[in-house]
Amino acid sequence: MKITTVRRVAQVFFFVLFIWFCIVSTFGLSFWQSRGWPANWFLQLDPLVALGTILTTGTLYSGLLWALATIVVTVILGRFFCGWLCPFGAMHHFIGYLGSKGRSLRENINVNRYVGSQNIKYYILLVLLCPALAALLSNIANFSFLKLDWALPGSLLTGLLDPIPLVYRSVNFLLLPFADSSIHLISAAPRHYEGVLLTCFVFFGALILNLVIPRFYCRFLCPLGALYGVLGRYALWRVGKKTSECSQCRLCDSRCEGACDPAGRIRTAECVLCFNCLYTCNDDTIGYNTFRSVSGEIVSPDLSRRGFITAAVCGLAAVPMLRLDGKLGKNYDPTLIRPPGSLPEPEFLDRCIRCGQCARVCPTNVIQPNVTREGIEGLWTPALNMRTGSSGCQMNCTACSHICPTAAIRPISLDEKLGRANFEKTGPIRIGTAFVDRGRCLPWAMDKPCIVCQENCPVSPKAIYVEESFTTVRGGNLDSANISANSVLLPNPVLLPNKFGTGDFFVLAEGGGISARTRILSNSKNSITLQSPISPEFFADYNSRLTKIAIQVRLQTPRVDLDRCTGCGICEHECPVSGLRAIRVSAEGESRHRKHSLLLR
Amino acid sequence: MSNRLKDPPPQPDINRRDFLIRSAKAGITLGTAAAFGYLLYDSAGPGAPVEKSSVALPEYSVPEAGKKIAIATGSDRIKTVNAALKSLGGIECFIKKGDRVLIKVNAAFATPPSLCATTNPELLAEVTRLCFKAGAEAVAVADNPINDPESCFALSGIADAAQNSGANLIVPVESLFTNITIPGSNYIRNWPVFLGAFKGATKLIGIAPVKDHHRSGASMSMKNWYGFIGGRRNIFHQDIHTFIKDLALMIKPTLVILDGTFTMISNGPTGGSVSDLKQTNTIIVSTDQVAADAAGAGLLGKTPADLPFIAKAEQAGAGTSDFETLKPGRIL
Repeated sequence: MKITTVRRVAQVFFFVLFIWFCIVSTFGLSFWQSRGWPANWFLQLDPLVALGTILTTGTLYSGLLWALATIVVTVILGRFFCGWLCPFGAMHHFIGYLGSKGRSLRENINVNRYVGSQNIKYYILLVLLCPALAALLSNIANFSFLKLDWALPGSLLTGLLDPIPLVYRSVNFLLLPFADSSIHLISAAPRHYEGVLLTCFVFFGALILNLVIPRFYCRFLCPLGALYGVLGRYALWRVGKKTSECSQCRLCDSRCEGACDPAGRIRTAECVLCFNCLYTCNDDTIGYNTFRSVSGEIVSPDLSRRGFITAAVCGLAAVPMLRLDGKLGKNYDPTLIRPPGSLPEPEFLDRCIRCGQCARVCPTNVIQPNVTREGIEGLWTPALNMRTGSSGCQMNCTACSHICPTAAIRPISLDEKLGRANFEKTGPIRIGTAFVDRGRCLPWAMDKPCIVCQENCPVSPKAIYVEESFTTVRGGNLDSANISANSVLLPNPVLLPNKFGTGDFFVLAEGGGISARTRILSNSKNSITLQSPISPEFFADYNSRLTKIAIQVRLQTPRVDLDRCTGCGICEHECPVSGLRAIRVSAEGESRHRKHSLLLR
Repeated sequence: MSNRLKDPPPQPDINRRDFLIRSAKAGITLGTAAAFGYLLYDSAGPGAPVEKSSVALPEYSVPEAGKKIAIATGSDRIKTVNAALKSLGGIECFIKKGDRVLIKVNAAFATPPSLCATTNPELLAEVTRLCFKAGAEAVAVADNPINDPESCFALSGIADAAQNSGANLIVPVESLFTNITIPGSNYIRNWPVFLGAFKGATKLIGIAPVKDHHRSGASMSMKNWYGFIGGRRNIFHQDIHTFIKDLALMIKPTLVILDGTFTMISNGPTGGSVSDLKQTNTIIVSTDQVAADAAGAGLLGKTPADLPFIAKAEQAGAGTSDFETLKPGRIL
């Protein structure tokens, strides 16, 4: 069998496996749902994720150890990941192949030639890794005996263009919800994710460019490919010419995926091991060998010293400059509510790779990709939008914290989330606090009974409590009413029939220093029937049967108990004021930040 | 130069055949455009949306069984519900061979069964088993919960109970909701109702726990039908007693089973702690949902008069609040 056939089988296999892992990141009990499937495996294989988080945190979190396997194989074989395993690479490969169908042989040869600007990806890698390096430098500088008290803020930005998080979030936010929107096989209710336009633009933009130049993303932009290019520098086997007898026909270029110039001095850092050249060559000139290509090799990326320094300086300066907006300090965005278990913001940004796995697994679809807040550092990071999804952040759920591949949302137990057992002292994890908007709340502002928020508050005892009060309705002060024990007669027909018979309205009668309040059963235009008779004591001390009465509505006005509210947002989700909700969660009080606290503890 | 000005190059002439063919094609294009313009012309524009005609849901009660209520005491739900059903003449009086039974559970919240905020899964499994024993062809379990539906069914144990006892769980997907107007109702007007769950059903049983509810006073059998409503149903909390009356008018059940083995006496209807529960050891089974709720009020330490929706439902003809007139079978 041809090795290219084996490669194609591997590409299809890993692509299908990847899609399968995205599908099974569904919260549920069936075999195809999150039952221990290694849904993060492709992210864990990604050495850029591992390297980035090592730089920013000094640790290699759990499953990221898989990256070591990728590194070992890459050091020995070269960029096998790109040509054989990468699901995004497989998409580029396939679309590039479709594009080549419309071109002549000569055009295909020309479009697959090496061009100098392929070195852009190395600069991109450098710009994205330097902020992580800055974090490392700060950590070293402030380490024990040095104690330089020197701060160069760093952050993990690799996830912006790292192809594995990119393809995960594109499938999670676009392809699966789109494919499932009409068939409902994956989730019963349609899933929604914010920022579709930008996600679309990046994902489909990258795919469409393959029609112009095959594997455009891989050749020019991919920071992971660049990292592999560097790692594969000492590869034991390389593609190259076995003999100098070459007619320079350039047929090998016609289907070269990496544009690595196999007929000339091959650029091993660009070769994605597609092995097409082994078969397009009519003279069997090219092989996969342990010896150097007879026409020579270029093993290093084509970088200039000037470019290298520029990229490094840009990368190091990027985060300190981006943070001049103060979004990580006093100017923090209170609408940016992170999932429960999220680390404090700077540490969170040190780890989040924007893969969207948390938003994918969230059973209620409340976790959304953020696109508008916290600038480029906040792009595609998770934030809760209580209006979306099926019902806020569910009390008995810690799914997002366990799927997070980098522990930006650290793994939490249910006991810790709910503040019980060993965590009773620390209390529950709070992601924010609910605030009642008294100008929009139906009982507060409109004298309408409601308290849906109180009903749905899942905390025990409830974090939302109510105060009962009786408010005289508009036009409800009525003169010269004729009261008897069971009814009230009015001189004029001023009432809307049965308006006050809902069970929420009362008659307040005052006379002789005694007041009586009785529920209204029903009313006509000029009479009111009371549910239970007014007590005889009222009439005993009561001179005139004609008196003033007031029609009152019984209201329960909601308030939030700061000690109990966890910010789960179920109240905001259920609030019947459907546009701008009358009770809303904002990030004040989130327990990951002491400085955002409202509690005096 | 002057030569070109004087003598322009001869222009190619169109021949008659080409001209006629082209004219015909142009004519057809124009004709098609005109025809579409004529056929699709709409001088009035869209009118006001038309309200859907009223739909009464089928009557699921068994007339020959009459109005009955049984109040059974006991701490074991399985034994107690069996005793109550036996006092009503056995489930065979209500479920016949070939019946397709829809069971409306309360699965509103994603909480474990121990917190009693949802229908007890063992009770559900037992009622399902009894239905099959009486010859039911199929049993379906449905609710439109408040929290995430799949999480609710999973955590409350209802999904497992339904699956293990052979019942089919109907998850409330949007396509199962239809806008309808219930005759005589104040608020269920052109509003989405979970009609898909009723498809093919010949009998309907409601199983609800007894729970404290700050707004309505209590959540029992009648309020349980709230889970057949879709849309932004929370707006009805503004007039919840009238709305519960609407629900009682919409649903005419075969049986309601009110589970007061534990009563949620505080922090309802979500609960969240066993300290919100009080062991009251009672299961009420009735063909009359108003009577069942009137009898259940006592478990919460309330009287029917404290719950205006009971009087409203009774007035609307959904049943009687004076459950003593039904001569309740009391089983200890």
